[in-house]
Amino acid sequence: MTLPSAVQNPVETIQFVRRGEVVTLGNVPPDRTLLEVLREDLACTGTKEGCGEGDCGACTVVLGEAEGDAIRYRAINSCIRLAHSIDGMALWTVEDIASADGPLHPAQEAMVQCHGSQCGFCTPGFVMSLFGMYQNHVSKGEPITRALAQEELSGNLCRCTGYRPILDAAQKMGELPPVAVDEPALLQKLQQLAPTASGLEADFSYQSPRTLAGLLKARAAHPGAQLVAGCTDVGLWVTKLHQQFEQVLDVTRVKELRRIENYPQHLAIGAAVPLADAYAALEADRPQLHNFAARFAGLPVRNAGTLGGNVANGSPIGDSMPLLIALGANVVLMSVRGHREMPLEQLYTGYRKNVMAADEVLAWIKVPKPTALENFRVYKISKRYDDDISAVCLAVNLQIENGVVQTASVGAGGVAATPVRALKTEAALKGQPWTLATVQQAIATLRAEFSPISDMRASAAYRVEVLGNLLQRYWLESQGMRQINLASFTLEETA
Amino acid sequence: MNAAKDLALSRDAVADPEVKAANARAATPRRKAPAAGPAPQVAGRPKFHESARAQVAGTATYVDDIPEIRGTLHAAPILSTVAHGRLLGVDAAAALAMPGVRAVILARDIPGDPMLGNFAHDEPVLAQDTVQHIGQVIGVVVADSVMQARRAARQVVCHIEALPAILDVHDALQAQSYVLPPVFVKRGDAAQALKNAAHVMHGTLEVGGQEHFYLEGQVAYVLPQEQNQWLVYSSTQHPGEVQHWVAHALGIDNHALRVECRRMGGGFGGKETQAGHLAVWSAIAAHKLHRPVKLRLDRDDDFMITGKRHSFAYDYTVGFDDGGRITGLKLMMAVNCGFSADLSGPVADRAVFHADNAYFLEDVEIASYRCKTHMQSNTAFRGFGGPQGMIVIETILGDIARQLGLDPLDVRRRNLYGIEKRNVTHYQMKVEDNILDQLLSKLELTAQYRRRREAISAWNAGSPVIKRGMALTPVKFGISFTATLFNQAGALVHVYTDGSVQVNHGGTEMGQGLNTKVAQIVADELGVAFEQVLATASDTGKIPNASATAASAGTDLNARAAQYAARNVRDNLAQFVAGLDGCDAGAVRFAGGEVLTPGSARPFTEVVKLAHANRIQLWSDGFYRTPKIHYDKATLTGRPFYYFAYGAACTEVAIDTLTGESRVLKVDILHDVGTSINPAIDIGQIEGGFVQGMGWLTTEQLVWNDKGLLTTHAPSTYKIPATGDVPEHFKIELWPEPNREDNVFGSKAVGEPPLMLAISVYEALRDAIASARGGKKGVRLTAPATAENVLNSLRA
Repeated sequence: MTLPSAVQNPVETIQFVRRGEVVTLGNVPPDRTLLEVLREDLACTGTKEGCGEGDCGACTVVLGEAEGDAIRYRAINSCIRLAHSIDGMALWTVEDIASADGPLHPAQEAMVQCHGSQCGFCTPGFVMSLFGMYQNHVSKGEPITRALAQEELSGNLCRCTGYRPILDAAQKMGELPPVAVDEPALLQKLQQLAPTASGLEADFSYQSPRTLAGLLKARAAHPGAQLVAGCTDVGLWVTKLHQQFEQVLDVTRVKELRRIENYPQHLAIGAAVPLADAYAALEADRPQLHNFAARFAGLPVRNAGTLGGNVANGSPIGDSMPLLIALGANVVLMSVRGHREMPLEQLYTGYRKNVMAADEVLAWIKVPKPTALENFRVYKISKRYDDDISAVCLAVNLQIENGVVQTASVGAGGVAATPVRALKTEAALKGQPWTLATVQQAIATLRAEFSPISDMRASAAYRVEVLGNLLQRYWLESQGMRQINLASFTLEETA
Repeated sequence: MNAAKDLALSRDAVADPEVKAANARAATPRRKAPAAGPAPQVAGRPKFHESARAQVAGTATYVDDIPEIRGTLHAAPILSTVAHGRLLGVDAAAALAMPGVRAVILARDIPGDPMLGNFAHDEPVLAQDTVQHIGQVIGVVVADSVMQARRAARQVVCHIEALPAILDVHDALQAQSYVLPPVFVKRGDAAQALKNAAHVMHGTLEVGGQEHFYLEGQVAYVLPQEQNQWLVYSSTQHPGEVQHWVAHALGIDNHALRVECRRMGGGFGGKETQAGHLAVWSAIAAHKLHRPVKLRLDRDDDFMITGKRHSFAYDYTVGFDDGGRITGLKLMMAVNCGFSADLSGPVADRAVFHADNAYFLEDVEIASYRCKTHMQSNTAFRGFGGPQGMIVIETILGDIARQLGLDPLDVRRRNLYGIEKRNVTHYQMKVEDNILDQLLSKLELTAQYRRRREAISAWNAGSPVIKRGMALTPVKFGISFTATLFNQAGALVHVYTDGSVQVNHGGTEMGQGLNTKVAQIVADELGVAFEQVLATASDTGKIPNASATAASAGTDLNARAAQYAARNVRDNLAQFVAGLDGCDAGAVRFAGGEVLTPGSARPFTEVVKLAHANRIQLWSDGFYRTPKIHYDKATLTGRPFYYFAYGAACTEVAIDTLTGESRVLKVDILHDVGTSINPAIDIGQIEGGFVQGMGWLTTEQLVWNDKGLLTTHAPSTYKIPATGDVPEHFKIELWPEPNREDNVFGSKAVGEPPLMLAISVYEALRDAIASARGGKKGVRLTAPATAENVLNSLRA
């Protein structure tokens, strides 16, 4: 190991645009969070810490990035965001969207008028999520429906109001006198901050390479550096496990890895693509994924976390992997030595362990396009419907022709030390007639295939039973039964 | 001036012991209000929360937002990793060697009493020779920064020899391990009634606890002042208790300590006693180091350290007739109190008081065991035992209906308290303000209960996987602290020479809108605009010996005290103006920012200036104590409550019989807040309380492992309701009748009662489960009704 670069060169500068001005901060350690910078270094205490793990949303702020000649707005959790990662971006906190002596922003005024704040501690986070919605929807003339408000606010917890007034506020913003961000001026400021270098200044302890080649080179040179993407998991290692990093290598600025490429046979999703964008792309091909996608954490996590991070992290209860396994996704690993491609499930060797070499990074996830015969479903069981981690997740992808299962691809989460492919279950289905008898056999096989653990999310017995029942649901749905899934259940249709 | 002379006379009158006693008896202001009081202009309206604009702008200040004084240090707790054991020693060498670490504070550093200055006096400030739960605080590490302190706290090695631990309430019951002696309440002859009953049913029930999950975690900031005086910023519902505890631990007088709380980021009962611990720990560190010390708990530590809603286990035998009317009941409640008494006694008492909910129990025997386990010391939580009392009787009635094949609402209505007869509770209090029958009738109609019940049955018959269920359940909740002495409050109203008004009272603002309501009442009393009245931080230096803001009584007590204070000022001004105009003081009115006599109208601000120039007192105190209440602690009989708050909810749910998942589909609520001081705030309390109660009974599951470690200790594992859990059809209606007792503005307390409306969710889930299972048997559903518990219930 070389000496910590912070020691070699203490100047660790971050620059971002706030309130129309460039803010420059020096001497920021690589593992300092954005929330710490705001509250402790800048004495801006409007942004609150509720949980320190990206689950309550009290710390929500909005980031802006130039995308062509527009600004892309993303609400994120500042408590688990490393401060250096916002270098070159625009930042808004609850203190920034209205001038101190002027009128409130519609996101704020609507909250007042709808009685959306009681204790007020979650309020700054809600206001910023609302501000994100305002920029992404209201300012573009898109109405905010109640369903959209629920989805985009599911990552913000409130313990006082019961949410109704906040959902009302989301819908009311559009009725108030509009307020616009001066985007041309902001773009100009952001242009000033655009990196002149590669993001690989040798002495920096926080490196954000701008190119894939740069990333691979940096990875080879610093195999001990902590690799991060959206930091929605690594951030917790800092806040909860108190880990300190001497060097951080951030993949999210690598331009190649921020792309989603649409090929005739597959989608190639760069490892630095935020979950929200990745799922939007997956959803474009398979609309039935919408509910599942909206239930993946809350929007601030989906805006920050990346699909590549979720996959590389390899949590047994990460929701992307069962889905991707069932879709037959491959991952592409790259290093200065070259690249290799493998089925996603072969990435994992044990609990949070994988085959990646010290100089390798996960670069691409390749997801096959849907076929005409494909019948794909994914099911998630959690204590809370939204923004919760799966107790069990099951993704089933069958191609059935002439009443016979031609191909079977089944991914499962929450049942083993890694996300897994249910090989035995697939074998029990493949080549069989698509009948109740086959399904019953497959259910028995699926229940016997894994030995899940009991923990705070569910008992082993529950996981095993429900795994089989979810396959049963798949069967029932394939038979055209409706109103058998609460995820899509609506009361209107029952009237 | 005449007015001044009158005032002097009245001062003398107040000094007269007889007059004093009379005033105290009546608990009324010093002088009678003018007969023609002002029509309310401000109260009764949906004013915005007094802090709303600051909250949405991020400028509302919470304890951790207060600019830190130079030299401030930060503390982090050292936690026990063993549920029960002998603490043999603490090795802090590694921690002390870490960068920024200033000290490790242990029990030996407490200058005063090492036992906490609370009522039961059974809880060490810091663990000394034994530890009694995983997460018990053994000491704190103090460092230059928060993260330095937290990192170092993990490096402190505690040598603990494990002892057998009791981690289950049933084991505690078996071992007769109690924090307080059991309490038995009986009326009539339950045993005989059960013998004579047409039907007898026996059952058990388990109901889990609940984490408060106030969004602002526990925090205290202690600043040493000159001459061994102290300033404490605490996020607390009970500044007076914090003052008392800190003084007790430091061995100083109460007068040397000022506790301030501008607002909390949520309390829900979790900051009634639990906030005090942090203040005490910080104060001990500040005392040792002569530096300001702040302690802000990490969320995970907050879960591990602080008490929660008590989990309960029940065993009951109930007798009933063919119509489902209860004729006899034997009920056992085992209360999981955790390792110390804290507020468990009164919580368990309130559960006993509310085991009737809305129903007349003629021959009844209730046994309440206050069990000691090696777990966090459970504490106040919105409802304070009321929810745990009510849920068991609602469970019983639901199962009686199922067993008899009757509609649960019919069975519930047959058991309601009567007006003339069947109107005395099992604790010998007459229910005088009973509106249950009318209230349930109205909701039954507006929610279209009967029509929907039929529609649901028909729909369920054709739905193999999803089953819907519905329940309409009432709430009758007793208002007043059961500890009679807490039912008092004080307030100060200051009118400044520019006509602006400041009000201060002994209550605390935790989001419930107390300050807003108080300001509304004061504004009307003085006839000024709402914006002219400012409510400021709770401060033990302003209102001493104030009760906790709890028991839903914050507004009843403090708004009344503030009203009296304002009335005193108003009377001073009325006397003065009457002197000017030569009219009777009773003819002076205060409205619309003006002071009106039969012959003149003067701006309030002008009157104030003039009065000040004439040396009229422009500020006053006010004091209120709740009348009529009394009860015998030994037998739990008497009139513990001034009045009852009522409500009912009709909830429809759907369950998935493949997975046990559920959704709340529709909620209709009719709730009684008397004449609302602020309908928007009251509806906010009702909705928020309902959703919090729904969380308690559905997704909020606390899980301890077999070592006694709480494994759900953050929002990633502990799931409070989110936006998607609230049904679009969520209708709240207020009952249109003033409080029948003389209460401020004719209002009723609203903080806690709505939480228990959520029992309708639990009962609707059981209805859906029963529908899936068919037959006439009861439904045993462990609360919270997680997907797994629902599936287990379906399979049982």
